[in-house]
Amino acid sequence: MTAESTNSGTSLYKTDARTKRRNASEARFRIYGMAAVGFGVLALIVLLTSVLGTGLGAFRQTFLTMPVALDAATLDKKGNRDPAEMAKVTTIGYQKILEKALIAELTEQKLIPEGMSAKDVGGLISKEAPAQLRNKVLANPELVGQTITFRALANGRIDGYFKGRVTMESAALDSNVSPAQLELADKMRAANLLGLSFNWGFIFDPDASELRPEAAGLGVAILGSLYMMIIVLVLSLPLGVAASIYLEEFAPTNRWTDLIEVNIANLAAVPSIVFGILGLAVFINFANMPQSSPLVGGLVLTLMTLPTIIIATRAALKAVPPSIKDAALGVGASKTQTVFHHVLPLAMPGILTGTIIGLAQALGETAPLLLIGMVAFVRDYPGAPPEGFLDPASALPVQVYNFTQRADPAFIERASGAIIVLLVFLLTMNILAIILRRRFERRW
Amino acid sequence: MSLGILSLIVAALAAAGFFLGRRFALAKVAGDARRLHSLPGYYGQTVFLFTAVPAFLVLGLWLLIQPIVIENRVAGTIAPADIPEGSSVGLVMSDVRRIADGIERVVSEGRMTEPELAAHDDIRGELASAGVALGNDVRPSVVEAARNYRDLSPASSLAMSGLVLALALAGMAFALRRISPDFRARNVSETFVRYLLIAASTVAILTTVGIVLSLVFETVHFFRLYSADKFFFNTVWNPQFRGGSDLGIWPLLWGTMYVSLIALLVSVPVGIFAAIYLAEYASKRVRAVAKPMIEILAGIPTIVYGLFALITVGPMLRDFFAQPMGIGSSSSSVMTAGLVMGIMLIPFVSSLSDDIINAVPQSLRDGSYGLGATQSETVKQVILPAALPGIVGAILLAASRAIGETMIVVLGAGAAAKMSLNPFDAMTTVTVKIVSQLTGDTEFASPETLVAFALGLTLFVFTLGLNVLALYIVRKYREQYE
Repeated sequence: MTAESTNSGTSLYKTDARTKRRNASEARFRIYGMAAVGFGVLALIVLLTSVLGTGLGAFRQTFLTMPVALDAATLDKKGNRDPAEMAKVTTIGYQKILEKALIAELTEQKLIPEGMSAKDVGGLISKEAPAQLRNKVLANPELVGQTITFRALANGRIDGYFKGRVTMESAALDSNVSPAQLELADKMRAANLLGLSFNWGFIFDPDASELRPEAAGLGVAILGSLYMMIIVLVLSLPLGVAASIYLEEFAPTNRWTDLIEVNIANLAAVPSIVFGILGLAVFINFANMPQSSPLVGGLVLTLMTLPTIIIATRAALKAVPPSIKDAALGVGASKTQTVFHHVLPLAMPGILTGTIIGLAQALGETAPLLLIGMVAFVRDYPGAPPEGFLDPASALPVQVYNFTQRADPAFIERASGAIIVLLVFLLTMNILAIILRRRFERRW
Repeated sequence: MSLGILSLIVAALAAAGFFLGRRFALAKVAGDARRLHSLPGYYGQTVFLFTAVPAFLVLGLWLLIQPIVIENRVAGTIAPADIPEGSSVGLVMSDVRRIADGIERVVSEGRMTEPELAAHDDIRGELASAGVALGNDVRPSVVEAARNYRDLSPASSLAMSGLVLALALAGMAFALRRISPDFRARNVSETFVRYLLIAASTVAILTTVGIVLSLVFETVHFFRLYSADKFFFNTVWNPQFRGGSDLGIWPLLWGTMYVSLIALLVSVPVGIFAAIYLAEYASKRVRAVAKPMIEILAGIPTIVYGLFALITVGPMLRDFFAQPMGIGSSSSSVMTAGLVMGIMLIPFVSSLSDDIINAVPQSLRDGSYGLGATQSETVKQVILPAALPGIVGAILLAASRAIGETMIVVLGAGAAAKMSLNPFDAMTTVTVKIVSQLTGDTEFASPETLVAFALGLTLFVFTLGLNVLALYIVRKYREQYE
């Protein structure tokens, strides 16, 4: 207490200036803290809503539904329904059929605006639709000669119009779409010829070219990511568990073990792109493994995930109480038997949780995969394992990156949609980890 | 024999070995397991290990070495005169592989037999029809090399299958012969398993060795083509495809440091204050909600942050700050990348700091309160000084993350290498340039590609230094409380 405050004779009930200042500083400090927490939470919310907001559109797609007469005279000139013969008709032939079908349908409903060319009307249909129709016919030649109801993808710009990405003003400046086409699309929507519905193709179809955002899908990327996760799981779980058992239970404390420990701690903090350089130099240039194959990606991600798994496994092994080991050793089990029969089963839930979290990390990793050629444009699904592990494939996060590098703004929606798929996978894995932990974790 | 079938056969042999070993041991003592040294299963396990492990080891090694040996043998047959001007053995070898691939395809389609094709005048046109397009004229020695290559591959894989199977059988026979009632099967198999564990734990070391070797090797290669002082002291980064590039590292380092600085300016105060609030002030309920929410930020893949920078933060900063203030018109900027990276780093700072603040014993707080300090005074004058080494460690780790982060800067910071003070300018970083120099069609002999390895080494050294420093500080200055 200073002399001033004791001698002034003020009441204890009245706070003096210094206390006020201290209290104000206390309140300020508290507010800073709250603001910091609030900023973190707000950032998370803004991040997620921005991605969800742009990405949800990718799951709905504009389709044209119309009857299509599959004219036998053009599609199967010899009339023997032999797919090898019919494959000679290219997508251009099918495009004409689709265009004709659309015009016929529109004329019947009296929707065709005056002075609009057949080409402009056909422009409403995606360039990908003829290829899809062709595949459908080649897979089932009996369809030729019949009239089927075909659901054709609409052009990306038309799709963008219904999702608010394309407006009449922007269409007037765009060489790919005209306001007249948009008006026609509006009318067709009112006539139920065209509408938005759930887009399974986004999840199962392969990527499409730069000019056809409406057809781009994630099928190859999801399969590639799945293959890589299988490789990571098969390699990193046994290796990681074996390494941790040795370090935690058997290793003597000497220079060599110390070196290994320091190494693992460091590897956990090495930037992921450095692992990509390693993969490029060792697996691709030195061992001549095929570029952009899930095998190389899986190996690189395995090396990246190992430290995570080792750290988690060692924590789980450490958590098993020594009394269990002592009891096992006491009844005559050998050291190896103690570890494999008693310690390891009890640590298993912790190990699995750590493994799943490691896998989730590997699933979202992008940078190293860019360096080993995963950015390549891949349209063919990789084959069945084990040979399929050597086929070129894509990966989910890399596909997001690929989408962002393309000019058409429709790909931004696709990229966000791909992120939603990625986040759903990550969420599932993390929930699985939490459930495992809740279910099997034991407190000693 | 395909790889899958070979591995399946070895696995089946090993499984058979297990049962044989067990039966053998029991047969030796006429079914009385008490007279055996170990449990019968251990005799089986020993046979299993001796059958499977050496065979798979050799299989793996062979697969790793086979391409290298074949390449060398084939490359030796190509006369130096047949390597065109400005090309290299590596490029010719890639032609060889593609020709071999093309011959394979032509032959398998049954259009021509192999000798016919090799004698053919227009091998190039024939290969092109099989979907293998070759650049310039194919020289006879290259075709010869390709045929050699094609002949060697099946021969080698046949030899491999034979060796692996022989090894598996030999291991099995060896182990089976040793079985007797006195054979210490448990000890043998446990020692074997222990060596396997040791081998697994050296993978970490091999990875580090692989990283260092591949970086150093290619960096040395780079410095042979491009002078080191130009790399370290030039302030211009301007790679050209036709050679004569300027590859100074300074603009990239500047961009990296600038982005990391902004990221730390965002994440350090927010992270530390959040940690303090959660540890000292927040009620249990707030903590239970807010702490996981902040930690989710650490689990989100960086590509998501990158996209967030690209589509939300970048345009927002440009429209509301940079353009009205007239200081920039690009949506990718140091500010964009720094801000988003700062958000990503918040949990790295806050979780570690939170743990460390919680580790400060309650008695220190009680002592401070007893002297009449307010809560914030206690935090500032007692808890933070006690927790400082740990917090500094956390900040250093966050800095190392920031320097090595790739996707956020690839999508958020831009690609223009320049040294500017304006945070709303697009700049580029070391990691962005590693990605851009190593993706796409690049040949491995040019300094423009190899510079990525020198950049990678720089990055590795920087982050390693920061990590080691962080660990050192945390260990050295950690307060030991009871």
